[in-house]
Amino acid sequence: MRALAWHGKHNIQVDTVPDPQIINPRDAIIRITATAICGSDLHLYDSVIPGMSNGDVLGHEFMGVVEEVGPRSTLKRGQKVVVPFTISCGSCFFCGKQQYSACDNSNPADKSDASEIAYGYPMAGIYGYSHLTGGYAGGQAEYARVPYSDVGPIVIPDGIEDEKVLFLSDIFPTGWMAAENAGIEPGDTVAIWGCGPVGLFAIKSALLMGAGRVIAIDHHPRRLELAKKNGAEVLNYHEVKVREALTEMTAGIGPDACIDAVGMEAHGFAPDNIIDAVKQETKLGTDRQHVLRETIMACRKGGRVSVPGVYGGIGDKLPIGAFMQKGLTLKTGQTHVQKYLPQLLQMILEGKVDTTDLISHRLPLEQGPEAYRNFHSSQNEWTKVVLKPH
Amino acid sequence: MSEQPLSTDADVASPAFLDQDRVEGEFDAASIRAAMINRPRRELYDFWRDVRNLPLFMENVKSVELLEDDRSSWLVAGPAGSEIELVSEITEDRPGEYIAWRSLEESDIDHEGWIEFRDNPFGRGTEVRVFISYDPPAGALGKVVAKVMQREPRVQARRELRRFKQLMETGEVSTSRAPDAAPRADRHP
Ligand SMILES: NC(=O)c1ccc[n+]([C@@H]2O[C@H](COP(=O)([O-])OP(=O)(O)OC[C@H]3O[C@@H](n4cnc5c(N)ncnc54)[C@H](O)[C@@H]3O)[C@@H](O)[C@H]2O)c1
Ligand SMILES: [Zn+2]
Ligand SMILES: [Zn+2]
Repeated sequence: MRALAWHGKHNIQVDTVPDPQIINPRDAIIRITATAICGSDLHLYDSVIPGMSNGDVLGHEFMGVVEEVGPRSTLKRGQKVVVPFTISCGSCFFCGKQQYSACDNSNPADKSDASEIAYGYPMAGIYGYSHLTGGYAGGQAEYARVPYSDVGPIVIPDGIEDEKVLFLSDIFPTGWMAAENAGIEPGDTVAIWGCGPVGLFAIKSALLMGAGRVIAIDHHPRRLELAKKNGAEVLNYHEVKVREALTEMTAGIGPDACIDAVGMEAHGFAPDNIIDAVKQETKLGTDRQHVLRETIMACRKGGRVSVPGVYGGIGDKLPIGAFMQKGLTLKTGQTHVQKYLPQLLQMILEGKVDTTDLISHRLPLEQGPEAYRNFHSSQNEWTKVVLKPH
Repeated sequence: MSEQPLSTDADVASPAFLDQDRVEGEFDAASIRAAMINRPRRELYDFWRDVRNLPLFMENVKSVELLEDDRSSWLVAGPAGSEIELVSEITEDRPGEYIAWRSLEESDIDHEGWIEFRDNPFGRGTEVRVFISYDPPAGALGKVVAKVMQREPRVQARRELRRFKQLMETGEVSTSRAPDAAPRADRHP
């Protein structure tokens, strides 16, 4: 089959690789009809997530048609399914608590050592996202092997276009959980850094959860325009001092909740970010946490900070005093996708949320390398790319 | 010191909690490891007690043959392509709780181990602790084996217990082995 493979920093190629096979009883093979490139993939593209190896098949946002099933899969051939990016067994302690992205069993035993060393405990498996999270082949391909297919994939009713439901695989639940983690109360002011796909879904979700006001921050005019269309007030951080603007807009109180939908590759020329960028470039495993620092500083006393943005390494100069003295709450994590799927699918079917307005490009899989290049370097125009392998 | 018993029955003095690569003792290389397994204690014990099940999740074990109820013959893949044969005898067996074993003299290596099953007092399943230890064989190969083994039992105990947990909780062992389980590009431009 054809697949997008990682061959090092800024080197993605379309390769012919073997077809995946059913290995375990709960496996299914999916023929992929639509797959997307995520901001998380850009961290791999930029080589700031460790544990990638030459030839790894990428992609964790995908959906398709069930092609083949193992004896213990509950799926049926021909069903249309969306696959969560986190792989979860459904039967461990964590899955029992619906903390699916913390599943104890989905990361193969020989791959779990690295994350146990890096993070204290082994992480769950994720499709196409380095050998730290399992070394699973991803879904930017014609086919994918889906382990624990009786737990993850959600079956989509006939007649729904792929694009409407594709983002159930990651960014819609991620934006939703980010808003949930912000503990929104009616009338709250929520500030969201980053108007990429995750930030945009966080805006939609925050407003659906009753936020009185959402203030979104980025510097790409198109992305800010999308945020505005979704009901946010916007700040361009190239034009205004974000913290001062937020304090001013909230008459000195500050936002009740702040969401970091940017993560470890924040842009900016504040001194802290320049030092972080140098360290990251020299492979010290330091994350660029400019936005995380800004959320903590900007948040009102007693407020909440929610971090869907991905960090992978070690950080310093966190304003820990502000965090403690103001009594903030911080919540974060890879999304527990399976937990949210039924509810979010229902909202899509009822037309309560527009899930396609952010798509800027639809391309065949063969144009994947070009799509990566542009989603990385022309973020203003390239807001979300959907690839069609079939 | 308070007379209060600890709130759990975890043995905090056990080597599992000591910050050292090797547990000092009779053997050159040894390791202990704990895992919470969300299945009934008896089921886990029964599965392990039937030693013919063990190759299902022990990657290095090529075969186990039952000689008598408490004696079995093992073929294990050793370091650097070597093969290790051993005959193992169960030295203590408390049904549902504990199994200890030891290799007999005709074996290629000296090996000893035990596994313990305890109910978690808070309903999270069974606390399983495994101890394994080795003495490498003598001679030149022994030197290579010894070198590898400084690390090997820790890695092995950790991975085997993870696989045992996976198999018991999910009915299968997670894998991403290329190419069938996880296709990858073997072209490296
Ligand atoms: N927690 C999860 O499970 C999960 C899931 C998906 C994505 N993510 C993460 O969420 C983050 C965003 O993903 P995305 O797909 O939207 O990525 P993206 O790269 O498309 O968007 C990031 C946006 O942040 C903006 N930005 C950069 N620096 C900024 C700054 N200093 N202030 C304000 N905005 C700034 C960029 O201009 C860009 O528009 C990434 O870190 C991604 O890895 C997490
Ligand atoms: Zn993603
Ligand atoms: Zn699980």
